[in-house]
Amino acid sequence: MGYTPEMKELIKRVEATRPARMEKARRGENFPALSLEERAVVLEKFHPDYQKEGRRPIRTGPDKGLVLPEEIASMLESRSMLRPENVDLSNPDFETDVLIVGGGGAGTSAALLAADAGVRVIMTTKLRHGDANTMMAEGGIQAAVQESDSPYYHYMDTIGGGHFTNQSDLVAALAHDAPLSIAWLESLGMMFNKFPDGRLISRHFGGSSRKRMNSAGDMTGAEIMRVLRDEARNRGDQITILEFCPAVELILDEDGKCAGAILYNMETREFFIAKAKATIIATGGNGRLHIKGFACTNHYGATMDGVVMCYRAGVGSTCLFSTQYHPTGVAYPEQNVGLLITEKVRGLGAHVLNIDGEQFCFPLEPRDVESAELIKEALEVGKAVITPTGRYGLWLDSPMIDLLHGEGTVRRELPAKFIQFERHGIDISKEPMLVYPTLHYQNGGIAINADCETTIPGLYSAGECTGGLHGENRLMGNSLQDVITFGRRSGAAAARYVNGGVELKKLTLDHVVKYEKELVEAGVENPMVAPILLPDYSTDEVASRRLLEIQGKLEAE
Amino acid sequence: MSHHHDSKEPKQKKKVQVATGDRAILPEGATTIPVYIMGKRYEVPETLTIMKAMEYAGFKFLRGAGCRGGICGACPTVYRKPGDYKLHFGLACQTVVEPDMYLAQIPFYPANRAAYKIEDLEPNPEIIFSLYPELFRCVACNNCTKACPMGVDVLGYISALKQGDIARAAEISFDCIQCGMCASRCMGELPQYHIAQLARRMYGRAIMPRARHLAKRVEEIESGKYDEMLKSLQTMSHGELEKRYKEREREPDMAPNGTWLPANDPYL
Repeated sequence: MGYTPEMKELIKRVEATRPARMEKARRGENFPALSLEERAVVLEKFHPDYQKEGRRPIRTGPDKGLVLPEEIASMLESRSMLRPENVDLSNPDFETDVLIVGGGGAGTSAALLAADAGVRVIMTTKLRHGDANTMMAEGGIQAAVQESDSPYYHYMDTIGGGHFTNQSDLVAALAHDAPLSIAWLESLGMMFNKFPDGRLISRHFGGSSRKRMNSAGDMTGAEIMRVLRDEARNRGDQITILEFCPAVELILDEDGKCAGAILYNMETREFFIAKAKATIIATGGNGRLHIKGFACTNHYGATMDGVVMCYRAGVGSTCLFSTQYHPTGVAYPEQNVGLLITEKVRGLGAHVLNIDGEQFCFPLEPRDVESAELIKEALEVGKAVITPTGRYGLWLDSPMIDLLHGEGTVRRELPAKFIQFERHGIDISKEPMLVYPTLHYQNGGIAINADCETTIPGLYSAGECTGGLHGENRLMGNSLQDVITFGRRSGAAAARYVNGGVELKKLTLDHVVKYEKELVEAGVENPMVAPILLPDYSTDEVASRRLLEIQGKLEAE
Repeated sequence: MSHHHDSKEPKQKKKVQVATGDRAILPEGATTIPVYIMGKRYEVPETLTIMKAMEYAGFKFLRGAGCRGGICGACPTVYRKPGDYKLHFGLACQTVVEPDMYLAQIPFYPANRAAYKIEDLEPNPEIIFSLYPELFRCVACNNCTKACPMGVDVLGYISALKQGDIARAAEISFDCIQCGMCASRCMGELPQYHIAQLARRMYGRAIMPRARHLAKRVEEIESGKYDEMLKSLQTMSHGELEKRYKEREREPDMAPNGTWLPANDPYL
């Protein structure tokens, strides 16, 4: 295992240029960053979001006519798992104040804040509590906590990184709440990386003007998720957690207020009616749709369920056409392909290099720009390494980190990544990593305001499933801050709404009937059934032998 | 009903031509090897992880798959190799298949968990002892450490706690992904990973020094110091925003936190 002899030969070229690059790095000299105009050029030519093929206008729903990636458009032009006429809504199986759909960072933060406000919560989640992209976020969480920084710069960096397409009220809410989120996590007992006197260690990241990235090892998201989950488990008197029990359809009342959701126990295949005065959608991203066939860094359950349910109920989206490709996904070894290598590696000073060991970009551009520059180096300049399985790879010179910050820094600051590569015979403190852009994040999503309200009364949303905060490009560390800031806001807002007095009328699924009628009228043939809940990775060979499923599809047609 | 199962061409797995997303990708010239999934033989391509190999064989996970990146603890797997008495432990998403390995996933293992109010807890080991008296049933057999797929020194942190060293236990246990393999192998029936979680939260909340600059920033925010600034940014023209964005001064890379301050900056 480890690198092949051919690759080890190539690594010598990286080592040959390293001493000179180290000198410059020690003097604080960087490869020059692109101007805004140069950024636009490289994005237009090389970023997958900017290319026309694989996109089309959606034919139905509140965003009708909006051009979306094929995978997203098809999923929104879908029919329900349920036949509404067969569902009896008159005897709910669960009744609660706040129903939270999704058990990741946003959902769990919402549950805790709602519980703090004294309301009863049911949190329902597709897999286990904590199985979410939050768990996987490695590098850190933004918050303007240092004296050199302020919410002003957090706002500026975020909106500039998003090419000024962000929804301004959401950016302001994020910049404002971010330090409060950190203080909350600290009080819950999260182990942040700190100096001995308690000062948070804050670092630069792609697109930052000030050091704002706070972290916990290289498993910041996992540490956040562990702490939040543990705290939710301590509040069992107020928070009921239903695992392996996703929501598959929203329920409205006759006045058009949200009134809960239909849940599906994936283990027993039973459906349940959950009636709730307020509902929060916190279902996470869509990486597992594998837009354009890209590998992804996402959790197994990242299938866009919440956006689908909300869209069917009439809630539109913001920036849903925009997808983040993380510049540094693993390109080798094959077992790890697509997995994320945190931006923190570059934040700690590692250079991005071509096959000749030369720098070709500023390592900390905003993510979309950085990705486009890597794709350009591979496709246009032709200076990428080709891996033994025929993939493009560019070097990420991680050994620079120990040289810059002292022996043992890689092991201490990037423990999870170190272990992950060590398993395959690669010591990343001594050998560079091979990387290439990978599908990482759903930039857009359900349209909300700064109180996480949607256009449907009683329906709230928070986290990766929402859109607007990041505009068309997200900066590192704003996703974890997104889930905490807006998870907290949604929980507090939903509890306020409930505490203000909510009277639900007769429950209905008429919105589903109406949407399916619209599909027919728009000529959508054989719509898929969604949410899909989990991706299917069976081979064509296996699928062709699943005769019952084939038979079921034929009968449905 | 139409399908194309040809009886003259049985059971031979065809090479996957096009790989998208996470579907198993076969390197050129890859051969298949036998593995025994819960005792049943399947031919799978070598070089794949256990998780991808099981999907290749036709399994669709409900339990037993999570982040697929070695950090969530959903896919702990126990296996044996031919001619080897030892039990091996790994994460299905991180462990590469080997010929004739016998494997089973253990996606869930029951463990006792004590509820507590974090705000009421002093960072006192006696509190941990009273919430988890089974801590002293540990016989230091080290099966927990041997079972840890993350290489955490489980016995090390349990021993530290027995000696009352919460800080040390918190640091040693930091890489824990709470998969439960330690608890599954414990003679004393300890829920090691829950005990470690309690220790880490006590440490993070009450032993590590609090960030004083953070407390100050929270006060500033709550006093409304930045409200007008943020409000004016929200209504600012695109041109003005872009101008200010370009003019931002970048904090020097090598300046330690808390040492660099730009001169005359009205936005701090």
